Amino acid sequence: MELIVNGEVKKVPSPLSVEGLLTFLELDSVKIAVELNLEIVSRSTYAQTELKEHDRLEIVHFVGGG
Amino acid sequence: MTTPPPLSAQQVERYARHIVLKDIGGPGQQKLLNAKVLVIGAGGLGAPALMYLAAAGVGTLGVVDDDVVALSNLQRQIIHRADRLGQNKTDSAEETLAGINSELIFQAHTERLTSENGWDIIRHYDLVVDGCDNFETRFLVNDLCYFAQVPLVSGAVGEFQGQVSTFKGYETDAEGTPRPTYRCLVPQAPPAGAIPTCAEAGVLGALTGVIGSMQALESIKEITGAGSGLAGKLVIYDALDARFRTIKLPWDPANPLNGTNPSIHAPA
Repeated sequence: MELIVNGEVKKVPSPLSVEGLLTFLELDSVKIAVELNLEIVSRSTYAQTELKEHDRLEIVHFVGGG
Repeated sequence: MTTPPPLSAQQVERYARHIVLKDIGGPGQQKLLNAKVLVIGAGGLGAPALMYLAAAGVGTLGVVDDDVVALSNLQRQIIHRADRLGQNKTDSAEETLAGINSELIFQAHTERLTSENGWDIIRHYDLVVDGCDNFETRFLVNDLCYFAQVPLVSGAVGEFQGQVSTFKGYETDAEGTPRPTYRCLVPQAPPAGAIPTCAEAGVLGALTGVIGSMQALESIKEITGAGSGLAGKLVIYDALDARFRTIKLPWDPANPLNGTNPSIHAPA
């Protein structure tokens, strides 16, 4: 299926959960939050949150500076 | 509750641009004058936040910082000056703020915020602005504000990106769901070195101005009740693309602070 990740179309295997997407994209989940259709996905629900065709995601990198 | 004293003629003149705003007005200005706000860190975010809050007439401003002014701070920490290198940041901040608003009561906490001193500092304030520079302190401030039931206006920056949210995890929304805290966004502190610090990766000075000013603005909204705040929302600013996004930040039932099975407990 196709997802829009950070504004770019990405072809990914289907079905795919948020957890699966992070593995697919080789992203380290301790450094990021995942935004799905303008809402942060709670970390505890990554495995059960299934992605749908054309879902819009943003990978939000944590920043901690001040 | 006693009726607050009316604004003096000088206060009416000083705060005229607030008082004419229908969402703030005289009553809102009175709330600002009575408010006690604590700012964590007199750095890139704390500098503009403190200056705007002082200018806005916040009656009592506290600042926690154990650092001294360094030359590399001046690229963004506009509350400090080149003739104050080596001074405590709290002293330097006090000098600047007194110059902006001499009616302000300033409380310097020239120490690092720790789990030992944090509770006794934070619980005396009505609102906390977090502009610190590390994840460990962010978790500590978040947890203490939750237990003290004090709204936390949290800002963070890195390189060209900034984030702002308001945490009021001790409240529930209209559906009865608890509001999220910082732990619903960042479940655990990233391991040391995983995310480069501003010293390592850099930060655009003016970006800290945008985010710190937003923190002052959201604080003023919380205090006066103007508009809708950022509880349950996260603003992300991408400076390179000149793009702001406001997204939903839901409560995570699995979080250890105000989740369904909490493991973090109130300070004794």
